[in-house]
Amino acid sequence: MEKWYLMTAVVLLGLTVRWTVSLNSYSGAGKPPMFGDYEAQRHWQEITFNLPIKQWYFNSSDNNLQYWGLDYPPLTAYHSLLCAYVAQFINPDWIALHSSRGYESQAHKLFMRATVLIADLLIYIPAVVLHCCCLKEISTKKKIANALCILLYPGLILIDYGHFQYNSVSLGLALWGVLGVSCDWDLLGSLAFCLAVNYKQMELYHSLPFFGFLLGKCFKKGLKGKGFVLFVKLAGTVVASFTLCWLPFFTERAQALQVLRRLFPVDRGLFEDKVANIWCSVSVFLKIKDILPHHVQIIVSFCLTLLSLLPACVKLTLQPSPKAFRFTLVSCALSFFLFSFQVHEKSILLVSLPVCLVLSEIPFMSTWFLLVSTFSMLPLLLKDDLLMPSVVTTMAFFIACATSFSIFEKTSEEELRLKSFSVSVRKHLPRFTFLPRIIQHLFIISVITMVLLTLMTVTLDPPQKLPDLFSVLVSSVSCLNFLFFLVYFNIIIMWDSKDGRNQKKIH
Amino acid sequence: MAALSVMTGGGSWFLALALGVTLLKCLLIPTYHSTDFEVHRNWLAITHSLPISQWYYEATSEWTLDYPPFFAWFEYALSHVAKYFDQEMLNVHNLNYSSSRTLLFQRFSVIFTDALFVYAVHECCKCVDGKKACKELTEKPKFILSVLLLWNFGLLIVDHIHFQYNGFLFGLMLLSIARLFQKRHMEGAFLFAVLLHFKHIYLYVAPAYGIYLLRSYCFTANKPDGSIRWNTFSFVRLISLGLTVFLVSALSLGPFLALNQLPQVFSRLFPFKRGLCHAYWAPNFWALYNALDKVLSVIGLQLKLLDPKKIPKASMTSGLVQQFQHTVLPSVTPLVTLICTLIAILPSIFCLWFKPQGPRGFLRCLILCALSSFMFGWHVHEKAILLAILPMSLLSVGKAGDASIFLILTTTGHYSLFPLLFTAPGKKNLFLIGWKLSTSLAWALWKSSVNLYSLSPPGS
Repeated sequence: MEKWYLMTAVVLLGLTVRWTVSLNSYSGAGKPPMFGDYEAQRHWQEITFNLPIKQWYFNSSDNNLQYWGLDYPPLTAYHSLLCAYVAQFINPDWIALHSSRGYESQAHKLFMRATVLIADLLIYIPAVVLHCCCLKEISTKKKIANALCILLYPGLILIDYGHFQYNSVSLGLALWGVLGVSCDWDLLGSLAFCLAVNYKQMELYHSLPFFGFLLGKCFKKGLKGKGFVLFVKLAGTVVASFTLCWLPFFTERAQALQVLRRLFPVDRGLFEDKVANIWCSVSVFLKIKDILPHHVQIIVSFCLTLLSLLPACVKLTLQPSPKAFRFTLVSCALSFFLFSFQVHEKSILLVSLPVCLVLSEIPFMSTWFLLVSTFSMLPLLLKDDLLMPSVVTTMAFFIACATSFSIFEKTSEEELRLKSFSVSVRKHLPRFTFLPRIIQHLFIISVITMVLLTLMTVTLDPPQKLPDLFSVLVSSVSCLNFLFFLVYFNIIIMWDSKDGRNQKKIH
Repeated sequence: MAALSVMTGGGSWFLALALGVTLLKCLLIPTYHSTDFEVHRNWLAITHSLPISQWYYEATSEWTLDYPPFFAWFEYALSHVAKYFDQEMLNVHNLNYSSSRTLLFQRFSVIFTDALFVYAVHECCKCVDGKKACKELTEKPKFILSVLLLWNFGLLIVDHIHFQYNGFLFGLMLLSIARLFQKRHMEGAFLFAVLLHFKHIYLYVAPAYGIYLLRSYCFTANKPDGSIRWNTFSFVRLISLGLTVFLVSALSLGPFLALNQLPQVFSRLFPFKRGLCHAYWAPNFWALYNALDKVLSVIGLQLKLLDPKKIPKASMTSGLVQQFQHTVLPSVTPLVTLICTLIAILPSIFCLWFKPQGPRGFLRCLILCALSSFMFGWHVHEKAILLAILPMSLLSVGKAGDASIFLILTTTGHYSLFPLLFTAPGKKNLFLIGWKLSTSLAWALWKSSVNLYSLSPPGS
């Protein structure tokens, strides 16, 4: 495509921002004895390099599972092993068994940050660039602006390059999956997505839309002919990729079970720490954890999650299209985030990725959502001393979106994809014309609340009796915003097909 | 919502660029900073805690005050804000004091004073007119110029990583150039005089200013063929120019003249004892000269033409800042470098005098003066290449030929700034990424400007 040099500049700008953020502190820096996620990743390199595969997920004298035991699927372990080989080549002290616990140095930080950058560069960034180039019906300039905004999304940058994680690998693989499946390369797409799930089990949040979309495609092609063949091929791909990743753990039944127990810690409870989902917010008023017994909690959360995502997924299966697929990814992941079990605040990134994909279609609402998602992680970012990069990257993202998409001019009913919904409502309530204005007001209220809460959290000390006041406020406010978005995205999906046809007629 | 939409509407790309680069500068706060950080902290301390009579004599720290008085006053003004951040940094004896608040204050002071640079770029954009109505934003000369200047990568690493205050100084220079373009000559001259008393490195380009103002301002009209019309000489203009320069200098050097400290001030400003080359070798002619000398001496030693006992111990290549002699080739004195520089700028000065081409010709001469002084000057810093790169940006959006030269100049110039970041390998990555970014940007803009101007007749 023309203007490749502008796209290069955009990618390099994204890399520059990422690297400057990585100069800041990381999770658990200088905080013995447990440190944080950074130490966890280093520890996994130590474990995978020094111990045989059979001992990776088991408790032993060499592998104390209480100290950052492996709790991601095997692909993470293989990735850590690869990094460990490089570390061994540069400085074996970094991964020496036992003696490297809590190792911190400038050189090591550089190495770890470099591993994140390389993984990002190889997996996530090409997927983003390809996605933007494949967007239809928009000019080249808008494609590049889209890439800029997605690459500047603060949440992913701050968590991967600040707090320290490898979300760009799993999100990048999932994105490749989305791209493959949308462009009718179903087998490659599902392979990529299986790899993503095998990297981080949270990617299962995206699995139902994938399943629904691919099943819908099979139905469309006819269950007796090509559809059935496709179904068998897809099933084969999934089984093959899982087998390949889990091969070393299939030797004994106990192995596979132990890995599953580590991946899905059902005894850990409904939620840990303050997270912007329903359970945490409701527990402010009603201590659910104490009222309901454990197994009831699991059942309730399972049912609620399923109920909230079922309509969209069913619709996707019946009427599969790439556009509906992307929106369903959003609503499904958001349902999981709000209602599921043991959700961490970083899981909002699983919702942010699909929202980035629909940035070009509903820029105003997407930008709003992405700002809230970054804000919802504020307590975590403050704990890691990342206030300055958070504020700066959020402002940069906002400016980039505002100038690229002129978001404040795109708040009419049609722009918000709410036309057919409003038309349906107007059949019963003729005066229902004020929806855009309500949404605009809500946006302003939301932004002001977020700014105020940020200022308060940074400058004031919480009262003695309520030491978690600000974290709770942040998570509750974010939860309210997310509920609103859940409703909004579901409305778009359910009232969608009429929209698409009308718009094509207008053009 | 309407107000917000107006704010983020079509014409606000300049604001977006300026805000964007400011945010990037904020992200660069925790990066490596060089000894220049301590230099400026020391000057804050000197100007705050000591009386004026001590400013150019104070030598507790090795980083003595060696900028003209206006810069000292600037540091004095900053120190009054600094005391709200961290009182300790203003103590002269707190050598190498760098608490987090000190770092924050110093970095923010650079970012804040860059506002003058942004204003100057805004004024320069007014001087660049888009002859063709371009619909594409990325092909408008104003946009290209804003990106080249605001996001100038060399300025970013020198000011916001290495740590210096060049932003607002270049702002003054660009503003004075813009005023000359806008035919507001008195303001341009005034601004340049002020600039000289902030940082005397701008003496490199003073001949261009002098000759241009004399030729194109004091002589109010030309003959039809462009040569001088002697009877249009305006004494009034000459005297007003002279008065401006004199008053500015009086304001700056007056107090020190009264204290009889002028020789000391000048010895601080022009430290000829520092040696031909700066510690990290500016890539100029004398660097090649030194390298040749070294190579010849090695060859001479091998072929036993030289006596090893006669070779001086300190050599150019050890990276020290001191005076010494060459072994094989004749030694170079400050006078020699001055003569070489003068010879190098003579052709462009002649053109400026005999065939003035208005402000564009002046700009070309200015760039050539900067480059010549860089090539042949005594104790040149590699940062001085920015003096050539920034004005060249202005020229490059005018003609395709200039854009090509600019591409080479900016790439090599920024590459030559690499040694400024020699510590901390992490910063090397940042540099490489940033350098690739700036190169690709320059390439991108060159391509679009070539497209733009390939349709216009050459020599426009």
